[in-house]
This record gives sequence, C-alpha cells and structure tokens, in this order.
Amino acid sequence: MPANPRAWLVTTARNRAIDRIRRDRTLADKTRLLEAPEATEEEMEDTAIPDERLELIFTCCHPALSLDAQVALTLRTLGGLTTEEIGRAFLVPEETMKKRLVRAKHKIRAAVIPFRVPPPHLLPDRLSAVLAVVYLIFNEGYGGRGDVAAEAIRLGRALAELMPDEPEVHGLLGLMLINDARSEARFADGTVVLLRDQDRSLWRLDEIAEGRTALDRALALGGHGLYVLQAAIASLHVDEPQDWPQLAALYRELARRTGSPVVELNRAAALAEAGEVERALGIVDALELESYHYLHATRAELLRRLDRMNEARAAYGRALDLVHSEAEHRFLEQRLAELA
Amino acid sequence: MKYMLLIHQGDTPGPGSPEWERLSEEEQKAVYADYQAINQTPGVTTGQWMEAPEMATTVRVESGETLTTDGPFVAVKEALGGYLFYEADDLDAAIELASRIPAARLGGAIEIRPLKEV
Repeated sequence: MPANPRAWLVTTARNRAIDRIRRDRTLADKTRLLEAPEATEEEMEDTAIPDERLELIFTCCHPALSLDAQVALTLRTLGGLTTEEIGRAFLVPEETMKKRLVRAKHKIRAAVIPFRVPPPHLLPDRLSAVLAVVYLIFNEGYGGRGDVAAEAIRLGRALAELMPDEPEVHGLLGLMLINDARSEARFADGTVVLLRDQDRSLWRLDEIAEGRTALDRALALGGHGLYVLQAAIASLHVDEPQDWPQLAALYRELARRTGSPVVELNRAAALAEAGEVERALGIVDALELESYHYLHATRAELLRRLDRMNEARAAYGRALDLVHSEAEHRFLEQRLAELA
Repeated sequence: MKYMLLIHQGDTPGPGSPEWERLSEEEQKAVYADYQAINQTPGVTTGQWMEAPEMATTVRVESGETLTTDGPFVAVKEALGGYLFYEADDLDAAIELASRIPAARLGGAIEIRPLKEV
C-alpha cells in the first residue's frame, strides 16, 4: 500500500524537471525536459495515512479520467496491487497498464485535478462514480494473485467506514458481500449451478451476515437507491424459502428505475417461481434481447413448464448457439438432454 | 492554473440563424446574459470574437507546395467557435465555468486545455 499516496500521485518528474530547468539555461533544454514523459514508476513507501484515503479515491475516480484509468488508479493507489497484478486481472499487458497509469497520473498533475472530497453540490455525482468503479472492479476482475472481488470488498468496507452516513455506500457493500458469499457454490464439475441447486454449506454465512448488516444500516439511513435495492434483492435470494412475490416486486422497481430488459427478465423468472408461468412467458416474449443467451434459456425453461416441449428444445438450441462459457454450455446441454 | 477553454458550437443556434430565431426571447436573453456573466467572472480573459467556421481557410504544405482549402480543418460542425482563458484553482473550477457557457447546453461542447507552465 503506498505510504504517501498523495505524494505519489501528485509529485512528479515534472517538478523534478522544473528544478532541472532552473539549473539549465537554454530554451532547448527547457523544451526537451518538459516534453519528456515520465516513464518509470515511483517507489512506494510503507503505510498510508488513513485520512487521505477518501481524498485519494475521489481523485482516482475523477470524471476527467477515463474509466479504465479510474479503475487502474484505484487498484494501484488504494488496493496496493502491482501494475502486473492489475494487468493480469483485467487481461491487459503489463506495459499497457503501466502506460495507462503514467498517463493518468500525468493528467492529474497537468490538468490540476483537485485532491479532495468534492464539495456538497458535486458529491452525489462524484460518489456515484466512485461506487460504479468499485462495483466494476467487483464484477470484472478475472483472477490472478490479487483476488479482485476481495479488493472491491475491501474498498467497499473502507468507504463504509469513511462515509458512514451514505446509504448507497452501505448498499453497495451489502450487495458485494452477499454475492461474494456464494462464489464457491456457483460452479461444480465445471458447470454453472443455479441458485436453488447450490450447496449452501459452501456459502460463507459470515459474509452474508455482514452484508445484511450493511443493508440494514443502509435502510436505517433511509436508503432507497440502486445499490440498496440490488442488495435487498440479493438478500432475499439467500433466504430459504425465497419470497418470490417480494422478489418480483423488487425486480419490477429495479426495472422501472433502470429500464433494463435484463432486470425484466429476472422479474419474469421470479414471477414464474411464484407460480405465474404464463405471465412470465408473456414478459419474456416482449423483451428485445435476441442475442442474450439467458433470454432463450429462460424461455426454454418456461416453455418446459408449460409442457411445450418442441418449443423448449428450440429455445435451448438458440441459447446454446449464443453461450460463451464452457460451464454454461455444459449446463444448457444438460437441460436440453433432460427434455428428452 | 491557467486553462484555455475552446468553445465548439456544434449544433448551437448562432445569432442570425433560423435556429436562433426559433429560440424564445427568454432563451436568447439568457444566452447573452450567460456570456456576459462569464466574461465578467474573475480570472477570465476573454478571447477575440471569431468569424464563423465557414469563413475559415485551411493551409497545408506538402512537398514544398502550399495547399489551401476553404473551411476549417475539421468538419464545420466540429470546428472551433470561440475561446477564452481562465485562471482557476483547479480543474473542477474550470469545469464549473465551462458548464455555464451556453454552447455546452445548446448542442456544442467545451474543451478545457491546461496550459503548460513555463
């Protein structure tokens, strides 16, 4: 973890270059030094000053930086991941990641991106951006030594500690914890395992409990934003038995707010579980998600329940055409075979 | 920190155009008032008024030959319409000023370029 992350971010070779300029006299030298890009990474020191973490994360997630840069900087300065680890996690060559970080730091210095928690009138949008970066890190890291989902959760916990009165911060933490708790049960024998079939003994109950505590805190603060809503849905999903009508209602609210057809698809699935299979199929048929394999897999399942086997087979076939991951391919093949 | 703000009009209705005539009187007044307020903001150095992008001439030299074309370097819609300089504490202050420039909300865009410190 960088000891003086602010210094690492803000101090630069540019300053060193300016010192050199003052020693040199010629214009040619000035031009050359000012244009020389910073090519090496500066050394990390040992311990971060805790109070700077909040300023740091808002600086790293400033909208003037590209999203890729925001993610890389956040993981580098707050996550303490090496450039190589970040590159591996996001399937980007180390050199590319190194250049991305150098360019981002250069932008912060050259454009004078402020190092501070944004003032109240900017805070809602800026906090949204920070939460979006953390959630993106949670969802999109693909392994490597730095367990990126764990990094996102660490960041989420730090944010909850630093901004205890922000409901969406607790909402996001709750969402990440509850989903992460089930990560080991999600795959078995190289196949995707549906929620209802998951081995609950592989669920990390302490994480679920911590996630629910975060959700409760968010609700107590009057939170009703998108992360709180998604955390509530995640929490209901780990109940036994699941309250499908309540889930359908929450998915409807989420769909209304996001306009997302994928959320509508989830709503249809919840309605089907609540017993309204025909209605669910009606919803699914109206969605414009032709190239989304989950749509066809869901349709297939609904058709199967309505005993429309030929149509179900066709739908599984379409889903298999579209699916990418091997685990999901195997799962769908299994489902198709079960129809016979 | 000194910034240059480059105002791209994009689809912004310019005074005299049919689109401008379609704006309500309030909206037209607001545009003038906003520009005046910006010009009077401490730290702002106004640029000089430029003729429209259609009045531009672009020059290139290839193999010693000077090539002259009618119009701006980029598409007319993307061309520069105006500029100003702003001395501000940080980028957020420059962003705030940029957001008040009418072109930003009427179909154009403002580019904020930090100036090199020598």
